[in-house]
Amino acid sequence: MYKILKKETVAPQVEAMIIDAPYIARHHQAGNFVVLRIDEKGERIPLTIADADSEKGTITLLFQKIGKTTEKLGTLKPGTAIRDIAGPLGHATPILQYGHCVLVGGGIGSATLYPILKALNKKNNRVTVILGARTSDLLVWGDRFKALSDEVLFTTDDGSSGLKGLVTGALKDVMDKSEVKIVIAVGPIRMMQAVAELTKPYNIKTLVSLNPVMVEGTGMCGACRVTVGGKTRFACIEGPEFDAHEVDFHVLADRLEFYREEEQESMKLFKKKKCKRNCKK
Amino acid sequence: MRTRDAKKRSRDFREVALGLTERQALKEARRCLQCKKPMCVEGCPVEINIPAFIAAIRNTDFPGALNVIRQYNMLPAVCGRVCPQENQCQSRCILGKKKAPIAIGALERFAADYEARKGLSERPVKIRPNGHKVAVIGSGPAGLTAAADLAKMGYDITIFEALHEAGGVLLYGIPEFRLPKKIIKREIEYVKSLGVKILLNWVVGKTQTIEELFREGFRAVFIGVGAGSPRYMSIPGENLNNVYFASEFLTRVNLMKAEQFPRYDTPVKKARKVAVIGGGNVAMDSARTALRLGAEKVFIVYRRSGDEMPSRQEEVEHAKKEGIIFKFLTNPKEIIGDERGYVKAIRCDRMVLCEPDTSGRRRPECSGEEFILDVDQVIMAIGQTSNPILVRSIEGLKLWGAGYIEVDENGASNIPGIFAGGDISTGAATVISAMGAGKRAARAIHDFIAKPK
Ligand SMILES: Cc1cc2nc3c(=O)[nH]c(=O)nc-3n(C[C@H](O)[C@H](O)[C@H](O)COP(=O)(O)OP(=O)(O)OC[C@H]3O[C@@H](n4cnc5c(N)ncnc54)[C@H](O)[C@@H]3O)c2cc1C
Ligand code: FES
Repeated sequence: MYKILKKETVAPQVEAMIIDAPYIARHHQAGNFVVLRIDEKGERIPLTIADADSEKGTITLLFQKIGKTTEKLGTLKPGTAIRDIAGPLGHATPILQYGHCVLVGGGIGSATLYPILKALNKKNNRVTVILGARTSDLLVWGDRFKALSDEVLFTTDDGSSGLKGLVTGALKDVMDKSEVKIVIAVGPIRMMQAVAELTKPYNIKTLVSLNPVMVEGTGMCGACRVTVGGKTRFACIEGPEFDAHEVDFHVLADRLEFYREEEQESMKLFKKKKCKRNCKK
Repeated sequence: MRTRDAKKRSRDFREVALGLTERQALKEARRCLQCKKPMCVEGCPVEINIPAFIAAIRNTDFPGALNVIRQYNMLPAVCGRVCPQENQCQSRCILGKKKAPIAIGALERFAADYEARKGLSERPVKIRPNGHKVAVIGSGPAGLTAAADLAKMGYDITIFEALHEAGGVLLYGIPEFRLPKKIIKREIEYVKSLGVKILLNWVVGKTQTIEELFREGFRAVFIGVGAGSPRYMSIPGENLNNVYFASEFLTRVNLMKAEQFPRYDTPVKKARKVAVIGGGNVAMDSARTALRLGAEKVFIVYRRSGDEMPSRQEEVEHAKKEGIIFKFLTNPKEIIGDERGYVKAIRCDRMVLCEPDTSGRRRPECSGEEFILDVDQVIMAIGQTSNPILVRSIEGLKLWGAGYIEVDENGASNIPGIFAGGDISTGAATVISAMGAGKRAARAIHDFIAKPK
């Protein structure tokens, strides 16, 4: 059992949770994730480790409540526990002394980028962070990024914060002005694909962190397979980061749709039950 | 052996084979010739004294029979159900020359089930702790056996298991209708009763490294992490929706209970027409699982002929009775998808058999003719290979082939204190061979710690 120590709503539908998991905290590196199962009947889902404190033995998970499991996770209170958490899984992000790095995040992508930012800072890189959202209150952890990066740019679709427009516009400006060595983009598929298409002609090394469906997360089932450079790769052990210019985003998008119906059914049932419980009270 | 009605059983997940009644067991045991030089024993990978346990059954001393088996085999209820007896003990039985060989597997199962039914349990062993810690990585048959044997010798054992439940392939691979989960639970309870600790969600190589285990005072490590990574064919269409690797399909159902969705949160896609590619146990298990999930038609697509199929014979017979359709000499070369990225058919080559290859089986070759099979789900069951997480995390560990650990006949690797056995050192094999390896390694670990050179 893994005890929940703290929970905080950081944006509408987005929660940050600090969990007691000393071994995972101690071995965590930027880019790693965990697979968790809330209870006996739960499914196993991957979540990025958004932060870790090896001294306190805690990890932070950041999640958006979009399906039954994340909804249910959001109902758990500090003091209660999650039944299973395995990790840290996946490859660590390659952290070198690159020079100027740009991190591009959409939505919950902040969770993946935050540890990467910390690690890049340790290697004395210059880091620009671009965070995008539909509107300002959906920007996740903006202040944390501000505190640690050389430059932070916000973009919103409605212009309620930062620049009006998409992250790609801001990224283009940065790339035109400075010699960018690496771009790491994490967020919705459409965003990652757009970033990949943008950086390709610039010939800038670009990594994306993929989020396919996973089961056990240790290379044993192949649920998480993605097509990269025309080849089948397992995101849980060979990724989750891959060369953005090689990723087949269509295959990824199609595969993510596969269980859509079941997800909706699950969610409906959960909401119904929750409603029943609340009505009784 | 009695089995449940094929029509009924193919719609639920309850056990297919019912085992022998007491009368049947006695009758079968009486047929045994009690050979002076028993060939069956030579056919058994762990050399169970088969005539002795059959003699005990004959004398209606069923617990006695089980005691004989237990000296060699820690998992009789499992092995009686899943061993490929027709290639092992039973293939050597003298009676088999003229008529049916003794049903040794069925008798083994009978002895084990008798104990369970009567609510008896194995006599507790007196353990004198010796204070030495040994780590066992993986809780499949290899790991469980090594752990139990070492615990009995007095070692302080911790099993580290990556998944949220112990049992290895017995749990997440072999389906309930062939090996009920309660049997594995019972065996694991027994291992725990010997004082063995099991840490779940512990991915060694990630959660902790082997070096750290040694630093924490473990004197030796046994690696039994299996050959868990699925092989794939690299044919076009492999990543379409509704193409499953068998390991994912079976894990969803066996470990995550997806057949009970939405009561359990993990879903699995049910399909109408399913093609399972492969001819081993994993293929049979996948095909019969698909049928139980409600498929109308399930094909086994295998590139050789029925004679070359590596699956247990009994399972093939069960599968046929349940209505699985076998497409032999058929090799898929493309999976065809629709505009939404879902499977709609497979394109196959018709094969012919030529000279035997290195495996001794006749090698299939394209006949030049191809055809299309309409299906809406494909399950790939063409084998497993080594999982890189742990083996690649150990610097200097000698590997062979696709990343299997090289060990001597006692399970010792090239690094002192690191032992290995089961599928991770042999490649995908059998429960009984994994168990045998766990047993040999336990002895070798004892020698390593107790009698340092
Ligand atoms: C579907 C299917 C059907 C089969 N049917 C039969 C049959 O009828 N008869 C037969 O004899 N054999 C059968 N086999 C083969 C048999 O199950 C295996 O040969 C046997 O289980 C191997 O045992 P093992 O202990 O080496 O490994 P496994 O049973 O694979 O167990 C390995 C364990 O190690 C864990 N692990 C992996 N990596 C790590 C890590 N880094 N840290 C911690 N733990 C880790 C895994 O989660 C797993 O629990 C079948 C296999 C499958 C897949
Ligand atoms: S999630 Fe199972 S192999 Fe990656």
